Amino acid sequence: MKPKHFTIPYIGWMAVFVVTPIILIFVYAFTTAAGEFTLANFARIAAFRSVFVNSFRLALIATLICIVIGYPVAYILSREVMRVQRLIIMLVMLPLWMNFLLRTYAWMSILENTGLLNRFLAFVGLPTLRIINTQVAVVIGMVYNFLPFMILPIYSVIMKIDKSLLESARDLGAPPLAVFSKVVFPLSLPGVLSGMTMVFVPAVSTFVITQLLGGGMVILLGDLIEMQFLGAAFNPHVGSAVALVMMFIVIVFMYVMNKFGGGEERAVGL
Amino acid sequence: MKKVIVSIAVLCVVLVAILVGCGPRGEVVYVHNWGEFIDMDVLDMFYEEYGIRVIYSTFESNERLYSLMQTGGATIDVIIPSDYMIARMVEEDMLYELNLSNIPNVRYIDPRFRSLAFDPDNRFSVAYKVGTVGLIYNSAMITEPITSWGAMFDPQFAGQIVMFDNPRDAFGIALLYLGYSMNTTDEAEIRRAFDLLVQQREILQAYVMDQIFEKMISGEAWIGAYYSPDFLTMLADNPDLRLVHPVEGANFFVDAMAIPRGAPNRSNAEKFINFMSRTDIALMNMSWSYYASANYMAAAIFSEQLTQVERDVVFTTDEVYARTEVFAHLPEHILELYNDLWIELRS
Repeated sequence: MKPKHFTIPYIGWMAVFVVTPIILIFVYAFTTAAGEFTLANFARIAAFRSVFVNSFRLALIATLICIVIGYPVAYILSREVMRVQRLIIMLVMLPLWMNFLLRTYAWMSILENTGLLNRFLAFVGLPTLRIINTQVAVVIGMVYNFLPFMILPIYSVIMKIDKSLLESARDLGAPPLAVFSKVVFPLSLPGVLSGMTMVFVPAVSTFVITQLLGGGMVILLGDLIEMQFLGAAFNPHVGSAVALVMMFIVIVFMYVMNKFGGGEERAVGL
Repeated sequence: MKKVIVSIAVLCVVLVAILVGCGPRGEVVYVHNWGEFIDMDVLDMFYEEYGIRVIYSTFESNERLYSLMQTGGATIDVIIPSDYMIARMVEEDMLYELNLSNIPNVRYIDPRFRSLAFDPDNRFSVAYKVGTVGLIYNSAMITEPITSWGAMFDPQFAGQIVMFDNPRDAFGIALLYLGYSMNTTDEAEIRRAFDLLVQQREILQAYVMDQIFEKMISGEAWIGAYYSPDFLTMLADNPDLRLVHPVEGANFFVDAMAIPRGAPNRSNAEKFINFMSRTDIALMNMSWSYYASANYMAAAIFSEQLTQVERDVVFTTDEVYARTEVFAHLPEHILELYNDLWIELRS
């Protein structure tokens, strides 16, 4: 058996569980309930403009915060001894072992007006914060839930950088800051790009976080799509159209990002 | 090439094994119910008595159940949705007619919960549990007794109010407060309710479903509306909470058992419905969930075991019942309107 034959189950899996649903979304988006071709589903999306704007705005903010927090963590982590690295990687992964819903529920109890954080602030005599049920809380929830997906790709790319490149940079007289900015950072960009993809895409389509931490006050694309399928009216056609437009915008985003990355080391295969 | 065929064959065998292999042998009945409304022991009892294994699964909203049934792909023999969803399914010809001679225990169903608007001739459904929606508030924070839904829209309580996170219940409360029917199909009335909800949004803490438990118990929120029996769960952890059925009225719900069209085990399904309607089983389920059974014998026995406070919550008094309204199925264009306004409210 040639190695490529091992990919057949994978291709079969992808065909059934990835390609077929996307085809279904296409079909639904362009048809009416009676099965006729229509563009009306897309026309209705105009009314949901602010949902699109809010989703992409919050997802971008969350992605940027994840880079700002995640990059230093990944970089510092890569310079520790192996034993410490393994321990910290486990700690980064630890929240992922728990259910997503449970983790987000826990944040609700932390951020509430009568929650842990505010009780602590009141206890030490500081003014309390109004965070719960705001967009700030939604971003906190996104950053918390998706941060590991930023740290891990950056970390693994930095770990793979050939150490001799760093040595030669130092030998040729580059100060530590220049070694970082001229060698490490450019070589770690593919990790940043794939981290951005892995944070941005789920953040754009988030829905439970808005309900638990955002108090449902502002809905995002994930909620909007859910409401079309499971709301008062059963409307998978409009829901699919929203999903399709969202996918299209995400792909454009990814394409533009990869243009920045360039070269062979693209983060995603676009 | 031969190896490719072998690989595909292996894949097919694995897929078939996954899809078929886990199905149980022997007689079965597939039951799809709300979460948390059954004492799971009754499923074992059903197996012991009839030799029919119950494959049990749950849904979290009527709309989710409807969506599941519309998209197919699920084997279901018995569903237990609410009144208005039964009506919708009857209208769209999604249910089998019941053969009531196979379900003799319908004689124990309280006549008040039979022949209701969603199934006037009792051809498609047997009532399982009933209850109301009530207003819940924290009497430690709000000392004046509340009697009107107006409290949910009162700026005095800004930041302390939580509202239903589903359009039907949320619009229902606004419509009741304005003095309209919860089942109105007058678009002007619905738009007036929408305006009220837009004003309410400014003073609202959050839209919630089950998060209300935590928020009412901890004192995070002071006022909210929810399904009455769930109030007892909250009361157990916070004795300051009070439940009222406001003067404007309230929603009364009837969840009923039905057999969806295409059910593979129809006679087993009727046996299961009959079993669930039996007094001892109804009593077990009621003791477990605290949702009132539609079986009046079981209700009478259980009522004796409750305190006065519990009894008034679990069993709707005649005085309150007279003020309630059961949801009806609304025409498609009204449902679309609800959906659009609900999204507009929150974007």
